[in-house]
Amino acid sequence: MQTNFKGKSIISISDLSKSDILHIIKQAEEIKKKPQPNMLKNKVMASCFFEPSTRTRLSFETAMERLGGQVMGFADGKVTSAKKGETTWDAMKIIGQYADVIAMRHPLEGAARRASEATNKPILNGGDGANQHPTQTLLDLFSIKESQKKLSNLNIALIGDLKYGRTTHSLAQALTHFNARLYFVAPDSLQMPNYICEELKEKGIKFSLHEKIEDVVNKVDILYMTRIQAERFTDPTDYEKVKNVFVLTKDMLAKVKPNMKVMHPLPRVNEIDTAVDETKHAYYFEQAENGLYTRQALLALALGKIK
Amino acid sequence: MIQNSNRVIKDKKLLVSAIKNGTVIDHIEKGNALQIITLLNLPSEKKVVTVGLNLPSKATEYKDLIKVEGRELTQEEVNEVAILAPNASINIINNYEVSKKFNVEIPKTIDYVVVCPNPKCITNNERMETKFHITQNDKGVNLKCHYCEKKYNKNEIKSYNS
Repeated sequence: MQTNFKGKSIISISDLSKSDILHIIKQAEEIKKKPQPNMLKNKVMASCFFEPSTRTRLSFETAMERLGGQVMGFADGKVTSAKKGETTWDAMKIIGQYADVIAMRHPLEGAARRASEATNKPILNGGDGANQHPTQTLLDLFSIKESQKKLSNLNIALIGDLKYGRTTHSLAQALTHFNARLYFVAPDSLQMPNYICEELKEKGIKFSLHEKIEDVVNKVDILYMTRIQAERFTDPTDYEKVKNVFVLTKDMLAKVKPNMKVMHPLPRVNEIDTAVDETKHAYYFEQAENGLYTRQALLALALGKIK
Repeated sequence: MIQNSNRVIKDKKLLVSAIKNGTVIDHIEKGNALQIITLLNLPSEKKVVTVGLNLPSKATEYKDLIKVEGRELTQEEVNEVAILAPNASINIINNYEVSKKFNVEIPKTIDYVVVCPNPKCITNNERMETKFHITQNDKGVNLKCHYCEKKYNKNEIKSYNS
């Protein structure tokens, strides 16, 4: 049965069924095809970023403005009463009295779930610590479907920091709905956590672990790159050893499948050589643009303007 | 005098081996008794608590056992114990006789008592209650934090709210 999204918060990808995900993607496709500049006229979105963000915040705010709505909020938790010790519950209860919908990012894990208990206005989670970032996963799935014309039965490689990266965790979990064959490419110390692997096994999803991009690049439909962060390593020499192993260069694309697309949640540092940008395989800028349509769809759904 | 000391010794033996009124938690998986004592906050109540560790067991070779004098566990508390000791048997004792046997049933959720081991979880940083969703598979009992969504097996839970 189709979920009625009116008034519903989007906190975690695990709250969404397969039909929910497909429905959100369909609405994002519709909005991309046919902009709705007045759909959310007279509606106000609170943009509550307790932690700095560039793409996610600007994308949420632009999404609201492009639907005719208004935006108020803050871009740094240091300017709020959180610094004085106010709880998330109190803050969001009050902000919920001002706004019709709330987009938020918070450094504490579980903050978005807590916020959704404080107010009856829908909360759109733009990232709670290392936990969830469901709008990123939805825009990733939208971009995979858009580029491959389907979502099911694809070969997908996730590359880079798979241990700490919330993006890859959520994406792997969401892909269990679509019978993906997954390849995890990471240094041993940053491989996909056990609890995710166990979940995939329970759901019958095939996956394998690899240490080199070259092992999988010619087999896959999607190469999902992520950034390896130096601060994740206790020993700097360990970082030096891997930092150039997980870099995608143009010459590595010579024998890939013609439909293969490279994706990345951005920002990138050096893990995708800029020469890849000009190839037909680069899809990360389109992917970032799709964040706008995905968030427009979520705003419109949560405010009951589309069903 | 001799009679007197004999009586004392006899009483002492009784104190360890049987309780008049209270609760006996038996067949606890070896190594879990101390966690259950913390979970139920037994030391704070000034009740007599007797603990047996690594006792011989026909079924599992070793087991732990807890006897609490003067306190009857509620069904809710029994369910909390079930997370740590899913195979435990819990008997309420009245005048040395078993007056009630509890069926141990693992609850779907557990509120308040379990502290989330994740230091970045909002429950460890703001004044609020914890909540865990419980699942059980062939490898044992797992707890998923309602807020930070991290999953733990029961051995990874180190502290409890009292």
